[in-house]
Amino acid sequence: MSDRTERPTADEPNATTGTTGPVETTSSGAVRIDKSAEAPADRDTPLLEVRDLQVEFRTREGVARAVNGVNYSVNAGETLAVLGESGSGKSVTAQAIMGILDTPPGHIAGGEIRFRGEDLLTLSEDKRRAIRGDRIAMIFQDALSSLNPVLSVGYQLGEMFRVHRGASRREARERAVDLMERVRIPAARERVNDYPHQFSGGMRQRIMIAMALALEPDLIIADEPTTALDVTVQAQVMELLAELQREFHMGLILITHDLGVVADVADRIAVMYAGRIVETAPVKELYAAPAHPYTKGLLESIPRLDHKGKELYAIQGLPPSLTALPSGCSFHPRCPLSTERSTTERPPLHPVLDASEAPVAGRGSACHYWKETLHG
Amino acid sequence: MGRYVVRRLLQMIPVFIGATFLIFLMVYALGDPVVGLFGDRAPDPATAARLRAEFNLDQPVWRQYLLYLGQILTGDFGTAFNGQPVIELMARSFPISFRLMLVALAFEIVLGITLGVISGLRRGGGVDTTVLLLTLVVIAIPTFVLGTTLQFFLGVELAWIDPAVGPQPGLDELIVPGLILALVSLAYVTRLTRTSVAENRRADYIRTAVAKGLPRRRITTHHLLRNSLIPVVTYLGADIGTLMAGAIVTERIFNIQGVGYQLYQGILRQNSPTVVGFVTVLVLIFLLANLFVDLLYAVLDPRIRYA
Repeated sequence: MSDRTERPTADEPNATTGTTGPVETTSSGAVRIDKSAEAPADRDTPLLEVRDLQVEFRTREGVARAVNGVNYSVNAGETLAVLGESGSGKSVTAQAIMGILDTPPGHIAGGEIRFRGEDLLTLSEDKRRAIRGDRIAMIFQDALSSLNPVLSVGYQLGEMFRVHRGASRREARERAVDLMERVRIPAARERVNDYPHQFSGGMRQRIMIAMALALEPDLIIADEPTTALDVTVQAQVMELLAELQREFHMGLILITHDLGVVADVADRIAVMYAGRIVETAPVKELYAAPAHPYTKGLLESIPRLDHKGKELYAIQGLPPSLTALPSGCSFHPRCPLSTERSTTERPPLHPVLDASEAPVAGRGSACHYWKETLHG
Repeated sequence: MGRYVVRRLLQMIPVFIGATFLIFLMVYALGDPVVGLFGDRAPDPATAARLRAEFNLDQPVWRQYLLYLGQILTGDFGTAFNGQPVIELMARSFPISFRLMLVALAFEIVLGITLGVISGLRRGGGVDTTVLLLTLVVIAIPTFVLGTTLQFFLGVELAWIDPAVGPQPGLDELIVPGLILALVSLAYVTRLTRTSVAENRRADYIRTAVAKGLPRRRITTHHLLRNSLIPVVTYLGADIGTLMAGAIVTERIFNIQGVGYQLYQGILRQNSPTVVGFVTVLVLIFLLANLFVDLLYAVLDPRIRYA
């Protein structure tokens, strides 16, 4: 890590997971420790870097600020889990990266999305389209509704090769069969002309994964890829995804609200609340000692065997309305540590320090009282 | 699929019998056709009796129906009271109405779907608002008014077309009448397509298609259109029958001697063989059109499989 400490400075909100405040260590650096051997030559440029992204939705009730200055970065071969409740802005951030935001009512109000150093938001629609599906691909939650019901899966898979690679119809069909075999769909050749409704839920999600993998993209965004599946199938699909990610050395953004899924596959976690990142940390450290009251609440709300018979913990209150965000820290109305200061001053993403007052690599918490949370 | 078609065709038999019997009863209820034939004058009792015997009118109604059904099954639709075989009237009028229907259907498909797709894709835009207003106007104004107005302007004032078509009109002569006939359905097709497109545009699979990096045009033609057209095709299929039979107003405006014209004459003159014969054929066309739509449905939507 010593080779990176000099890079970002306090007034340069760069390559970090900080929202607005100063963080002196790059989170990407932390993860690269074990990945450095495979890291691209241009080590200073993460694969994807989201800087101060702001997304608004104009609704009848006013402007809903779905994303309020999100920063995160992903490197090749790395898995970043974005954790948060519905409405925390995690999916909207992903849609902004893909360029598939519903516009109107949604629009990007500010920030940058740098892919291999290039700001996607300044590219022409044609150039963005060429990147979509080819370099950055997305896996959606509900494969049944996300696949076109009137086209065969072979057609929908082959379309990737036909549009992006100019493949012939026959060639595309062959590649579709290959892909289906890759994601271990039995009797792929016989099933290539079947329609989505003829597959089981798990098989359909495999087809979604195959479609995202088709052109071996650099980055995959998986938006709750296993939420719609049976628990037993969930593990299989998640394993497959993790395996293929390792094999192709892709960056993976895993959007989820399932803490169990995260623990198994993610390298790093970014916790989102009300359109901001409230905590970021390597996965083990976050589970061991959360530094934000919201994260702490999330972890405590997981049912545990040794708590059998006791009441389940729940974070009190409801997520705030995005059209009227609370002043100061957005979490303060629900926070047990909330003080006068929380209601007036919005906490930046503080670097989290260890016992010797040295910043912990890749850790940040947007709480005035991160120290108390960490040790409390 | 084959078995499904056979089953559907067999199902047509009871529908066919029921429909023809109802029509038979209704025409019977119109009154004594022989009296109608003589107009204001009292019929000569001997002639009337002869006519009644010839047309089986002296039999009880169920007997008349059975005899009639037997005739139809041998391809004999009977003779109109003026001595012309009904089948001859049909041979003359159905092709005309069929051509008129084709022109109208072409307008509905080409204009209706195009306008519907454009306005559905740009909901709330200028094109959309204009199209919506126009369809409302078309639906609100009776065909009779629009038809005669257009006939007057194009046929009389501008003299671009003949105000009335010839006895065996070709497709070119039927363009304006076809448009008039299509107008109301055209408006409905436009609105139906618009709603369907606007709804499907928000569908998850369209979002997937965008995320795949497909060009906008391909998304519309390959992904959006096929899903959006399923309800439209259903409507169009059902409309075929309506367009064939319901052209009475349009046919009268332009003096087209099609099915509507003959039916109107038949009713006016209480010419029961004509009326029953024509309506029977129309019922058949309606049933076949519906079967065709159901089969087309399965082609468009693979989730529907007939076994």
